[in-house]
Amino acid sequence: MKILFARGFERKFGEQVQYLNQTILTNKAHMSWVTKTLNSTLGRKLLMALTGLFLILFLVVHLAGNLQLLLPDGGEAFNKYAATMASNPFIKVVSIGNFAFILIHVIYSIILSRHNKKSRPVEYAVSKASTNSVWASRNMGILGTVILIFLLVHLKGFYYEVKFGSTPMVSYEGVEFKDVYAIVATAYSNILYVAFYVICMGFLSFHLSHGFASAFQTLGLNHKKYTPAIQFVGRLFSIVVPALFALIPVYMYFTIQS
Amino acid sequence: MKLTLKVWRQKNNKDKGGFKTYPLDGISADMSFLEMLDVLNEDLNEKGEDPVHFDHDCREGICGMCSLYINGKPHGPKQTTTCQLHMRSFSDGDTITIEPWRATAFPVQKDLVVDRSAFDRIIQSGGYVSVNTGGVPDANEIPIPKTIADEAFDAATCIGCGACVAACKNASAMLFVSAKVSQLAMLPQGQVERKERVEKMVAQMDAEGFGACTNTGACAAECPKGISLTNIARLNREYFSAIVSSENV
Amino acid sequence: MHLDNKVPAGPLAEKWTKHKFNSKLVNPANKRKYDVIVVGTGLAGASAAASLGELGYNVKAFCFQDSPRRAHSIAAQGGINAAKNYQNDGDSVFRLFYDTIKGGDYRAREANVYRLAEVSVNIIDQCVAQGVPFAREYGGLLANRSFGGAQVSRTFYARGQTGQQLLLGAYSALSRQVANGKVKLYPRTEMLDLVKVDGKARGIVTRNIITGAIESHSAHAVLLCTGGYGNVFFLSTNAMGSNVTAAWRAHKKGALMANPCFTQIHPTCIPVSGDHQSKLTLMSESLRNDGRVWVPATVETAEKLRKGEILPSDIKEEDRDYFLERKYPSFGNLVPRDVASRNAKYVCDEGRGVNETGEAVFLDFRDAIKRDGEDTIKAKYGNLFDMYMQITGDNPYKQPMMIYPAVHYTMGGLWVDYNLMTTVPGLYALGEANFSDHGANRLGASALMQGLADGYFVAPYTIGDYLATMPYEKISTDHEEFKKAEADVKEKIDRLISIKGTKSVDHFHKKLGKIMWEYCGMARTAEGLKKAKVMIQELRAEFWKDVRVIGTNEELNQSLEKANRVADFLELGELMIDDALNRDESCGGHFREEFQTPEGEALRDDENFAYVAAWEYTGDNKPEVLHKEALEFENVKLTQRSYK
Repeated sequence: MKILFARGFERKFGEQVQYLNQTILTNKAHMSWVTKTLNSTLGRKLLMALTGLFLILFLVVHLAGNLQLLLPDGGEAFNKYAATMASNPFIKVVSIGNFAFILIHVIYSIILSRHNKKSRPVEYAVSKASTNSVWASRNMGILGTVILIFLLVHLKGFYYEVKFGSTPMVSYEGVEFKDVYAIVATAYSNILYVAFYVICMGFLSFHLSHGFASAFQTLGLNHKKYTPAIQFVGRLFSIVVPALFALIPVYMYFTIQS
Repeated sequence: MKLTLKVWRQKNNKDKGGFKTYPLDGISADMSFLEMLDVLNEDLNEKGEDPVHFDHDCREGICGMCSLYINGKPHGPKQTTTCQLHMRSFSDGDTITIEPWRATAFPVQKDLVVDRSAFDRIIQSGGYVSVNTGGVPDANEIPIPKTIADEAFDAATCIGCGACVAACKNASAMLFVSAKVSQLAMLPQGQVERKERVEKMVAQMDAEGFGACTNTGACAAECPKGISLTNIARLNREYFSAIVSSENV
Repeated sequence: MHLDNKVPAGPLAEKWTKHKFNSKLVNPANKRKYDVIVVGTGLAGASAAASLGELGYNVKAFCFQDSPRRAHSIAAQGGINAAKNYQNDGDSVFRLFYDTIKGGDYRAREANVYRLAEVSVNIIDQCVAQGVPFAREYGGLLANRSFGGAQVSRTFYARGQTGQQLLLGAYSALSRQVANGKVKLYPRTEMLDLVKVDGKARGIVTRNIITGAIESHSAHAVLLCTGGYGNVFFLSTNAMGSNVTAAWRAHKKGALMANPCFTQIHPTCIPVSGDHQSKLTLMSESLRNDGRVWVPATVETAEKLRKGEILPSDIKEEDRDYFLERKYPSFGNLVPRDVASRNAKYVCDEGRGVNETGEAVFLDFRDAIKRDGEDTIKAKYGNLFDMYMQITGDNPYKQPMMIYPAVHYTMGGLWVDYNLMTTVPGLYALGEANFSDHGANRLGASALMQGLADGYFVAPYTIGDYLATMPYEKISTDHEEFKKAEADVKEKIDRLISIKGTKSVDHFHKKLGKIMWEYCGMARTAEGLKKAKVMIQELRAEFWKDVRVIGTNEELNQSLEKANRVADFLELGELMIDDALNRDESCGGHFREEFQTPEGEALRDDENFAYVAAWEYTGDNKPEVLHKEALEFENVKLTQRSYK
């Protein structure tokens, strides 16, 4: 019965549900509890929240590194930092995890969005959703998609270039480093690229403005003592972090121009 | 006042359905929204047309039978049930669009009437304390702190109308399920079956085809009884702690 | 017909215990061989279906709503009485029994009422065990409030939503049995006839409200838990769907109807605002603790007020008539429901009523707010004031509330014996659907108590005694009696649809309601009742000639549902009038103007009317035959009520 539901529900939603609707599920589970959980809407949301929170952490680390681009040292600190990141085995593991989490976050968002779409096949003719919820919370999918596109462009432009492209070299105190700074500086001298970057950070800001606090709610971490603080930090985070990210290309564009 | 009604008409659950427009005159501000529909139906009856079918019963905001998605909101512009909505919330000349609740789990049966038996099946899957009649301890043998009793009561005031599902962009039933899970998770009487209950109710909720919660908060904002989002967080908490610690492998 | 009430012999306090012991039992293994039908899923129905399912019977539960949880028990606000004596204020089973008998103006059966008081304590235990969140004190124990007609605090409550919480408790117990497979639910299914085989109730005929399918269900016993018939007045505090159809059709199949004229009118409802009004909303009686009831002293002032030329606040103290305080100095605004209601009617009849319709009196909190402050009043009545504001658009903190009495509860119902069995063997009536426990007037917070007592603690015992004598064998729904009943139901529906007249069902229902309210409402006279009887007969004839039911049977058809119900109300109305006409006395909710004390109080005639009037149906348009069950009072002394 349970298997019928879990598989059948995804495959043949319409007809299957009619049949399933008439049945109260028995407790005879044929799936392992792990599969069962990952197939439940709550389990899937749990994955979204956990991966989301990890990615939020990643943003902090990534931002901390990137802010070195603003140092007036011609990119030395940044290039050294990039080299460490590329060679440290721990960072390597984290980085693989990071990619995996992004993938899980994306895949499960697609699964959940499809599921949610099927849950309301006929839309309302008139809807005043804006009176009961904020825009970002209803459009995480769209926001996420833009962020994903940005991510692909971003990875192609920097990660791929540095890793597999021909990166110029620079030497500090006789040691050779990849001049990642140069690649970044070249990219940020293009006004279109800077504009794209800034706009995408706007999308990220909206995504975070809902995602941050929402992840805590999904994890069940809601308490009248702490939730206001979480919401405040979430709002602050969703403004400050994307703003700082956006500041880098803008600042570099203008310093390069002058 | 004069109104234009755009009402969803659908003969049965197989019919495709569509909107029909009805002009309506002589509506007084003191009428309830459903009394306004009564006037429309008297008109239709006079013309020999099929009256608009809609669910309603107590008309005092407690049975949860009335529904209606009015001008883009469940139960209309105020945070109350449709039966407690009065025409003074509208103005002369308004166009009012009336739609049924929209959700896969709530199929339309006729016009504005939907089938909400999915909610019953969720309760049947575990929304109770398994005690038989008789053989229970004296009521005062189970002291319950007033704050807990009050909070459990707040969750228990859910009327099962389905506005939360109707309001949610994902047609999620999390607020409904969380209200019952919360009530029983907070009370000492609910402890014995606490883990099993939440697992079963969530499984049934999913099986009915309700969507997943994306924490938009629309459900609580539209709930006529003000059931709060903290219940959803509690449901999440209850569920995760149940799956990692229950005996169901 | 001899009405045997089956009340066991012996001292009052031992009757129920002895009766339970003397009742036959069905072996646990044999219970699964019996099928029981429960119609209605309110407090009585849901609790009975759940309890019977737990015992092992196969139960089929029916309700016309989309879910059992919608039954109108859910709307009860105030609370539920129980003789727990948690407050240490001298309550006891006997006191609750005594208060109920006295409150009912000595027209209820002693043994039933005593049993009700006895099991009341178990109800609270049961509900708490189910997780019903009753109000609690800071120490964690249950809180109580006091209610009209009692001098002790014995009312358990869950804010103003006690009925909701109790019903959801019973609904959850019912849901558990559905999951266990012991109860099969039939929501959106309406009972349209009772089926008797060899004189015993053996099933029902139903209509599926969604598809129109007429279906038969067979069982070994049938329980009617279908509530009251207050909607015969069109406007009442009942739900829109509340109806008498199941009980009435059982009545036509031989179940006697007892005391149908006993109707409770609740004094504090929100007044009617116009002809469009579809239902009345009750506000808790507790408002009368602090509100003062008044109307303008003169008709002229009242007229100015109605025209909107002056505001209530413009009326000077000496131009106000606090008529309850004036007439009943010791009880004042806290006189019982019937007295308060009747006096409101009198002042409105004199032309001193307020509101545009002239059918309302003021309930003024001005002095209470002055005395205690707005915050105190808000804490006590805030939710009621909000509700009033939402419905009327007026602010009761600034202007006095307006109230008017409305039909609220029907004490009459199917006649049942001590076992809650009607005069049809195997047919039981529980809760408001029966007549048994409230006499001529029900005390506040006692309806919930009775519904749950019948369902949880009485019927599950008494039904065993009956089933133990029944053969296991089931009767097929192909039996000719089922076929005949189905054909009758279909024929009636076809007839309703084929009239194709000019007037809507509501048109007739409203007209009936007006007749009932005018002549068989708060105050009745022989003359008026006779007039009303003719009017109802004419209205009924017109209904069957000129009603218009749109659509077909084979679909969701709300006009047809209503037509079926109103057709029965049109017959019940006449019986209520016959009953009111027969009862040449005043008692409780039944006030005949010819029979009153010099002070204008209800004047009972214990010598001639200390009986239950049970009416037997004898055929369409034929007078019903009266049977009397004498009421014997061995444990209480009959006294005249006085609230001066």
